[in-house]
Amino acid sequence: MAIFVNENSKVIVQGMTGSEGTKHTKRMLKAGTNIVGGVTPGKGGQSVDMDGKMIPVFNSVSEAMGATGANASVVFVPPKFAKAAVIDAIDAAMPLVVVITEGIPVHDVAAFYSYSVSKGKTQILGPNCPGIISPGKTNLGIIPADITGPGQIGLVSKSGTLTYQMMFELRDFGFTTAVGIGGDPIIGTTHIDCLRAFQDDPETKAIVMIGEIGGDAEERAAQFIKEYVTKPVVGYVAGFTAPEGKTMGHAGAIVSGSSGTAAAKKEALEAVGVAVGKTPSETANLMRKILNG
Amino acid sequence: MDLFEYQARDLFESHQIPVLAGAVATTVDEAFAAAEKIGGKVVVKAQVKVGGRGKAGGVKLAENSTDAKEKAKAILGMDIKGHTVNKVMIAQAAPIDSEYYLAILLDRANRNFLVMASVAGGMEIEEVAHKTPEKLAKVGINPNNGIDKAKALEIAKGGMFPADVLDQVADVLVKLWQAFVKEDATLMEINPLVKTSDGKIIALDGKVTLDDNSSFRHPDHEALVDHASTNPLEKLAKEKDLNYVKLDGQVGIIGNGAGLVMSTLDVVAYAGEKYGVKPANFLDIGGGASAEVMANGLSIILGDKDVKSVFVNVFGGITACDAVANGIVQALNMLGNQATKPIVVRLDGNNVELGRKILNDSNHPLVQQLETMDGAAAKAAELAAK
Repeated sequence: MAIFVNENSKVIVQGMTGSEGTKHTKRMLKAGTNIVGGVTPGKGGQSVDMDGKMIPVFNSVSEAMGATGANASVVFVPPKFAKAAVIDAIDAAMPLVVVITEGIPVHDVAAFYSYSVSKGKTQILGPNCPGIISPGKTNLGIIPADITGPGQIGLVSKSGTLTYQMMFELRDFGFTTAVGIGGDPIIGTTHIDCLRAFQDDPETKAIVMIGEIGGDAEERAAQFIKEYVTKPVVGYVAGFTAPEGKTMGHAGAIVSGSSGTAAAKKEALEAVGVAVGKTPSETANLMRKILNG
Repeated sequence: MDLFEYQARDLFESHQIPVLAGAVATTVDEAFAAAEKIGGKVVVKAQVKVGGRGKAGGVKLAENSTDAKEKAKAILGMDIKGHTVNKVMIAQAAPIDSEYYLAILLDRANRNFLVMASVAGGMEIEEVAHKTPEKLAKVGINPNNGIDKAKALEIAKGGMFPADVLDQVADVLVKLWQAFVKEDATLMEINPLVKTSDGKIIALDGKVTLDDNSSFRHPDHEALVDHASTNPLEKLAKEKDLNYVKLDGQVGIIGNGAGLVMSTLDVVAYAGEKYGVKPANFLDIGGGASAEVMANGLSIILGDKDVKSVFVNVFGGITACDAVANGIVQALNMLGNQATKPIVVRLDGNNVELGRKILNDSNHPLVQQLETMDGAAAKAAELAAK
């Protein structure tokens, strides 16, 4: 089992004909993702050769879904047009929309997130995220598929490269699913959504949760762990040395006054019994101990 | 981007939110001229992006333009919590009857926007929330519905505003929402919003934060950037499109991905404890970085006189380690004798064997490779302490 996606995921790529879209469509196909189409308004009717596989292009998500039966979309559309692309997917009642695009204005994200809630049919992952991989089954986004294979760990992280680093550290164990939820102030799928899904997934034996400074998502996740999660969870939080009031790369990674600090997040997680590593490798070792019994 | 008070005032005015006459001055003569133009009593206010300036003596009432000149002389150049006062705002003084509070902000937890409105203004809103929560209305706003007059009236009533100002306050709130949306703000706060003795509602002081991601649709926001107090290295990095933050330590850091770089800073800080060294900067070269980007980043870090050693920490996901290695070699060739600081490199992931080989073959005396992030951090900290 895997969470949110699996070998039956039929995927379309919005913005497939752009340079990032093309590059990553090829990588996803190579990783075994069942990509059934692309969407670029105005370019419908063409087919694009993706390293030997012809992928049809559609003008809209509803057209693509009608023709292919797609049930997930990955968005590589540039920030300026990302809102329209996500709204198009929500209007088509696309079940899962993975928004890779970095740099979308937060008003646009707030608008499409709120719209997805009012329609009630679409789960959004991201934006500004690396996507989701279920090793050996499917890969939606830009997470390198060759770091590790299937296994029993579930991983949820705000950061892309820390996801890769942690998958690498624990490559001898493998993962059911690794989810990059993104580093923006507003995101669709949260730590809590992933924790719930991993708890409910019988194949996931333990969970790694990676957070970073900004907001209080980790604190709320800690509360949720206390109430709902019985599987072992290890945590890591980045940004202990971040100064107040400076955005550290991710738009959402900012300590404002005394709120959003790494220390507060670590404390909240430890208070509910989550072992929190000081470094990524120490965190991996904590997980190693749990899995080795 | 956080705005200065005078910029917030001008922005409010451009959206028809009632404000008093005010102008910014960087010299005492400008302050005099501005006070002269406004006429009568004025308030001279230090322009700093930090709270508590009133207590620090950064806000003074002046009886006339000559007095304003004196007050500006005292305030310009002051240090308020580490911020040097380079500008003052000369604002018209007004007889105040009551002070209120009004703000719209991004609510990360609820993933929408939040209005806060209170009849109790002029102090920190956290204090109001703590002491008299019944006087504070906190209302979530669906971005697709917004705030119309009816909604604004409901909110103003919830904030316990008196009947005689309800209508005016609601008007200000509707305009504030329109400004918040049009300018792509994540915070617009009016504190205090005042009722003058003749019954007018006026925004007396404001805080505004604009969303940097929205700059593509706001070319005018560029003019609001405070170039004077931007660190020169940060400025240079921005020109090269690099994500860089200057810190106060000695170990220069380059990595790929915001999370990994933040983590690298932490690991270096732990390793540096026993040597008394800390990270000197945050620099994320991003996903899929080319050799050129790596070279740009390295030259900025090597140009920082505080840096004693450099730690390049890359996990190749999309980024290929050979491109990173080539970037390091290129940067060192470019810099020649100017490069004098030791560079510790840890590469892993995509094309790691090739990346390590390129660095080994280049055999540069300043470069050494370590296999783990923790080990490399310890080495970089040790070298910075020498």
